[in-house]
Amino acid sequence: MQSLGIDVLFKGTNFVRLLGGLWVAVRISLISVAISIVLGLVVGVLMTSKNRVLKVIFRIYLEIVRIMPQMVLLFIVYFGTTRVFGWNLEAEVSAIFVFSFWGTAEMGDLVRGALISIPKIQYESAMALGMSNTQVYTQVILPQTIRRLIPLSINLITRMIKTTSLVMMIGIVEVLKVAQQIIEANRKASPNAAFGLFAVVFILYFLICWPISRLAVYLEKRWS
Amino acid sequence: MKKKTITAAVLGLSLAFSLAACGSSSDSSSAAASESTGSEDTVYRTLEEIQESGTINIGVFSDKSPFGYVDENGEYAGYDVYFANRIGEDLGVEINYVSTEAANRIEYLQTGKVDIILANFTVTEERAQEVDFALPYMNVALGVISPDDAVITSLDEIGEDDEVIVISGTTAETYLTKNNPEIKLQKYDAYAQAKTAFENGNGVAWANDNTEVIAFANENEGYTVGIPSLGSADTIAPAVTQGNETLLNWLNDEITALGEENFFHTDYEETLLDTYGADYEDTLVVEGGVVSAE
Repeated sequence: MQSLGIDVLFKGTNFVRLLGGLWVAVRISLISVAISIVLGLVVGVLMTSKNRVLKVIFRIYLEIVRIMPQMVLLFIVYFGTTRVFGWNLEAEVSAIFVFSFWGTAEMGDLVRGALISIPKIQYESAMALGMSNTQVYTQVILPQTIRRLIPLSINLITRMIKTTSLVMMIGIVEVLKVAQQIIEANRKASPNAAFGLFAVVFILYFLICWPISRLAVYLEKRWS
Repeated sequence: MKKKTITAAVLGLSLAFSLAACGSSSDSSSAAASESTGSEDTVYRTLEEIQESGTINIGVFSDKSPFGYVDENGEYAGYDVYFANRIGEDLGVEINYVSTEAANRIEYLQTGKVDIILANFTVTEERAQEVDFALPYMNVALGVISPDDAVITSLDEIGEDDEVIVISGTTAETYLTKNNPEIKLQKYDAYAQAKTAFENGNGVAWANDNTEVIAFANENEGYTVGIPSLGSADTIAPAVTQGNETLLNWLNDEITALGEENFFHTDYEETLLDTYGADYEDTLVVEGGVVSAE
């Protein structure tokens, strides 16, 4: 183990700091995921609307999110708003805003896809049973949509968790940054620490993403 | 279908409302922030404002040993940080260290999110148009390091398909882009990534400040600094937001005054000696802001 440099993890408070960094990454991504799921459901429904204006607006929104690298969005929100409007957003607030902005668009698109894939007959049968429009959505369409959404949104959620490593560019010290700090501080004593530490970071990301993926499998089975 | 549009409209309204709620909350927080920093239009905080607030924000590297890094107890340390700590002491304020990357240092100053950048910031003409540099406290030139079995001693030896590793936003990137546009660059955002990439052989050479590559060659077997000094000799200095004269003047006075007690030599001996050895002390250190003609 010596050669992998794992021992540097147990120097001082290194391991606690690494876990602290992980918590920062997880906190940012989970808050953003929660916001994205709620807003994404709404946006997804709106995306299926026949209204031209709405369609164009959401099309532009989705394209902006797809074209802009998340790092550019982070810079725009964190530094740009200060330059243009003089707002002094906290780095973490900026990060959550950007990740929610991104997640909502992608989630919305997934919801839209799932809604469209529900056969028309489902709507018509529900209407024929005398259900109100709200009932059609809450009782018939949304439950089916959500089931179809799970595998797709897990992909998005895990991608969001992994992309949080970008927030180091706006000064947030998250798990990957802490790992780099530890590697650098010990680069003389244990030059191989990079391998061991990145392996540990890999395991940490895995430990976060794996339960989410298991939960999805469980929900899929349970609801099918 | 009409009913569906109505539902959509209702949902749309609720979305608009929630967005508006977000907007107003950030408005109020920004208003509070601008009130606390004073009502002037300037983005930076003057010396007086910093002293009043009791805290100074200093941007340093957190993964660039031995200049700015975080030790095993989570404390910032290094040559830059040693100086920063002294600044905090002499100003009589607490220091809030902000972890910066090479690529966002200017942005941090221009938006006033930090008061001083002390992140191994090389003075260049282009940068001097965007930020204000104080007196220098270190010398630096560019260096190019390559593996022992394929040492590159001149830029001409770099082949057409070879890639040279640089860190985005550093002097090395600017110099090579400007003077040797034919060389293919492989750019990384963070120091640690570039280092790992170089060790993995992703590029034929790594161009960076010579202090960096000398240290790297001393610490790691199998690498040679083929080009120890490339381009003009530069200096490293603290930087403040453009126009922040009170803070700039204070820093200049501080650096001059510290020269009398040979502060930066002590700093070198405390933080850099292990890495560069005593031979480089006078080459690297600039005392009292005066660059000795060599």
